[in-house]
Amino acid sequence: MNDVVLAMYSDRLFMAAVGVYVLAMALHAAEYAALRSAQPTAAPAEAVAVGATTAAPAVPDERPVRPDLSDESAARPRTRADRLGGAAVNLVVLAALLQFGSIVTRGLAADRWPLGNMYEFTSAVCLAAVVTWLVVLRRLPALRAVALFVLLPVVILLFLGGTVLYARAAPVVPALRSYWLVVHVTTITVSSGLLLVPGVASLLFLLRRSGRGGALADRLPSAATLDRLAYRTTIVAFPLYTFGVIAGAIWAEAAWGRFWGWDPKETVAFVAWVVYAAYLHARATAGWRTGRAAWINVAGWAVVLFNLFFINMVVAGLHSYAGI
Amino acid sequence: MTTTAPPTAPPDESPPAPSHTLWALLRNTWRGLTSMRTALVLLFLLAVAALPGALLPQRSLNQRLVTQYFTDHPTLAPLLDDLKFFDVFAAPWFAAVYLLLMISLVGCLVPRTVEQIRGLRTPPVATPRNLARLPHAFATTLDEPAGDVEARVRRRLRGWQVRWRDEAGADPAHPVRTVSAERGRMHEVGNLVFHLSLLGLLVAFAAGKMFGYEGQVIVLSGGGQFCNTGILGYDSFRAGLRVDGTDLQPFCVRVDDFTATYEATGQPASFTAGIGYQTAADLATGTDAWRPTTIAVNHPLRTDGSRLYLLGHGYAPRFTVTYPDGQQRTGEVQWRPVDQTTLLSEGATKFARPGVTDEEQRRTSQLAVTGLLAPTSSGGQVVTSVFPALDDPEVAVDVLRGDLGLDDGRGQSIFTVDRSKLDTGELTRAARKNMRPGDEITLDDGTRVRFDGVRDWVSLQVSHDPAQVWVLTSAVFMLTGLMLSLAVRRRRFWVRLTPAGAGGTRVELGGLARTDRAGYGEEFDRLTAAVLGTDPDGPGADSADKDTQKSPKTEDRP
Repeated sequence: MNDVVLAMYSDRLFMAAVGVYVLAMALHAAEYAALRSAQPTAAPAEAVAVGATTAAPAVPDERPVRPDLSDESAARPRTRADRLGGAAVNLVVLAALLQFGSIVTRGLAADRWPLGNMYEFTSAVCLAAVVTWLVVLRRLPALRAVALFVLLPVVILLFLGGTVLYARAAPVVPALRSYWLVVHVTTITVSSGLLLVPGVASLLFLLRRSGRGGALADRLPSAATLDRLAYRTTIVAFPLYTFGVIAGAIWAEAAWGRFWGWDPKETVAFVAWVVYAAYLHARATAGWRTGRAAWINVAGWAVVLFNLFFINMVVAGLHSYAGI
Repeated sequence: MTTTAPPTAPPDESPPAPSHTLWALLRNTWRGLTSMRTALVLLFLLAVAALPGALLPQRSLNQRLVTQYFTDHPTLAPLLDDLKFFDVFAAPWFAAVYLLLMISLVGCLVPRTVEQIRGLRTPPVATPRNLARLPHAFATTLDEPAGDVEARVRRRLRGWQVRWRDEAGADPAHPVRTVSAERGRMHEVGNLVFHLSLLGLLVAFAAGKMFGYEGQVIVLSGGGQFCNTGILGYDSFRAGLRVDGTDLQPFCVRVDDFTATYEATGQPASFTAGIGYQTAADLATGTDAWRPTTIAVNHPLRTDGSRLYLLGHGYAPRFTVTYPDGQQRTGEVQWRPVDQTTLLSEGATKFARPGVTDEEQRRTSQLAVTGLLAPTSSGGQVVTSVFPALDDPEVAVDVLRGDLGLDDGRGQSIFTVDRSKLDTGELTRAARKNMRPGDEITLDDGTRVRFDGVRDWVSLQVSHDPAQVWVLTSAVFMLTGLMLSLAVRRRRFWVRLTPAGAGGTRVELGGLARTDRAGYGEEFDRLTAAVLGTDPDGPGADSADKDTQKSPKTEDRP
C-alpha cells in the first residue's frame, strides 16, 4: 500500500473513531438518564440515602450514594442503565482501537513516529485519556457514571483536532528527527492524556460537593470517590510528566544548545509542574485537602490545555513548528 | 514540607519584654515562612510570576518581538518595561519569590531530615489504648486461642516493621499481646531525596548561569575558520555573570563543507556540516592536523567542556570587482535569508577601492553590490526564489557607488546599505542587473563587477555550561525521589489480642495512614480479613469461621 492510501485509511479510521465515541457518549447519556429511575426499584434502601445526602450536600459523604456496582451488581438483576452503560463501554473500547489504528497507519504513511504535529498530538492525548479511563473503569466499575464527562472533552478535542488542527501526513523538519521526539513527545502526550481524567474528576468533585449540580450531579459517585480518583490518577501522571519535561530538557540541550531557555512552551510547562506540585502539597495541608486541592487540580489541567493549544497557536516560540 | 498545623500564635502571657517580642516575631516569621501554607502560596506566586514570561515577548529570547510590542502598545509597553515584564526571569520580584521558596524549603527540609535520620532507628510507636478511635478500626471475638491468631498476624505482617509488646492484663498468666506495625518509611526518604535534589538542581542551574556562556558566529563553508579565543570572534555573545571572556577554553573549528537536503516541497530534511577541529591540547602542541567530524541538527560536537552546534545556514554570493587600473578585489560576505522556506536572501557586499591615497576620493569611490539572491531562481524579470537548495542561483542587484559610510566610524549593518544616502546624493546607483554565475556588469567608468558564484555559510553556536551535568544528576534523583514518595504510602497497623476465656480471643485492630488517606481503607480491610482468617485467598481461609460479624467493612472517616 502506498503512503497516500495509508494516510487516507488513517483519516477514515479517525473519523470512524470519533463517530463511535459520539455514539458511546449517547449511550452513556442514556445510561445516566436511566440511573435515577433504576434506583428506587433496584435498591429501595438507597433511595433514602439519596434523599439524605441531597438534603445536606455540604457534608462530603464517604458512602457511595449510588449502589456500588462492583459489589452488588452480581446480586442484582441488570438494570436498563447497566445494559446501556455496558454497551457504551464496549463502544469506547472499539473507538479506542479504531483510533489506535488511525495513529499507527498515520505513522506508517508518514514513515515517522506519529507525533509530529498538533493534529496527531491531540489525537494521541485523547487516546491516552480514553485508555486511562478504561483502566480506571476496570479497577473501579462503580465509576461508570463519570464516563459521559470524560468522553465530552475527548470528543471536543478530537473534533478540534480533526478540523482546525488537521494536517496532512508529511515529514517533519530536521530538528524533530531525533529519537528524543519519541521519548519526550510521547511521555508528554501520555501524561497530558492521563491528566485529563483527574481534571474532570476534580471538576465533578467540586460540582458534587457544592450541591449546586442538582439532578445532574447527584447521580455521580460520591465526592470522596471522585476525589480519590483525581488523586490516584494525578500521582501516576505527575512523575511521567516530570520525566517528559526532563527528557525535553535533554533534547533541547542537543538540539538548541541549552537545556532550559524559558521558551514559552517551557515556561508554561514549568507553571503546570508547579501547579501540580502545589496540588500534591495541598493534599497534605490542613484545610486545603479537599476543595482547594480540587481547584488546584482543575487549574493544573487548564494550564496543560493552555500549553497544548494556546502556546502553539498564538505565541511564537521554538515549539511552534509542530504543524501550526 | 512540614505537614503540621499552621503556625500557632505565641502563648498568651503577661506583657513580654521587648527582647521577647522581637524573638517571638522572628520565631513566628520563621515558622510562618517554613509552614506548608506559605509554601503553597509561594508556589502559586511562582506559577503566576512565570506566566508573563510566556505571554509577553522576552528580551532574552527575541529582542525584535519586544521592539514590535513597543510599537504596537506605545503607552503600555514602557510601563510593563519598568516592571521588568520583558525580562521576567531576571526580574527582582521573580527572584524574590523563588528565593523565599528556597528558604522555606531549606527551613522545612533541615528539621525533617534530622528527624528522619533519628527516626530510622526507633521502633514503631506503642499501641494506642483505644484502637476504636483510629480512622480505621475493627474489633471482634474469635473462638481461637490467642497464639493461633498471633501466628497468623506474624505471617501476614512479613515485610512490615513490627514490635510485639506485652501489656498487663486481667489475667497475669495470659498477658495481652499487642503488635505495632509500620510500613512505608521509604515514602519520607523519597520525599526528602526529591526536595534535596530539587535544591541541588536549583544550585546547579544558578552555577551554570554564573560560569557558563554561549556565543554565535557565522562561518563560511569550504574552509572558513573560527577559534574560541575571545568574545570578539563572535557575532553575538552572552556571558555568564562570572565570565569576562578572557578565559575561554581555546579550540578552533574549520567548516569544510555543508550539505542540506530538502523534500520536494522545499521543507528541509537534513543539515550536516563536515568540520575539522583542534582541541585546546592540539593548539598547545601546535599541530597542523584537524580532527575531522560532522555536526548536524540534534548532533553537536562536544569537546573541551564546550558544545558546538549547527544552528542554521544561508548563502554568501561572491563578487569580483575589477577596477579600470586592473586591480581586483573579491567580496564574499553572508547574505541573510528573508524567507526561510525558499531562502531568498538579501545583503550588501561592500568594496573600498584599493590603492587610493586621497581621503576624499577614497571616500566617494566605495562600491556596494546589494539586492536579492535566489538560490533557485524563478527566472524572469523579477527575481524570486522557488526552492531553498542552490540549484539555479541568480542575483538581482544594484551596484551603488559613492560614500557608503565605511569610514565614518559608525557601526553599520553588514546586510544593508543606508538608503538615505541615495536621496542625499552621497550614493548613486551605477547599475541594476539580474546576474547568474559568471555574468558581469561594466560600469560607466570601466569598472567591471562579476558574480562568481555562491557559497554556503553556517551559523554555529558555542555553549559552555560546566554545571549542566549536575542539573541532570539532580533531575534524575529528583524523579527517583518523587516516584518513591508517591508510590510508597506510610501506614501503621496495630493488633491487640486479649484472651477472652474458654480459648477465645478478643481481637482489636487499628489502622492509620500517615500520608495521604486515599486508599488505606481497602488495604486495612484486607489486613483485617487476613488477621481474622476470613481472607478468601489467605492461608487461613478454610479454617475461618464465616460468621456475619467477621466480614469487616471499614470506612474512611471524613
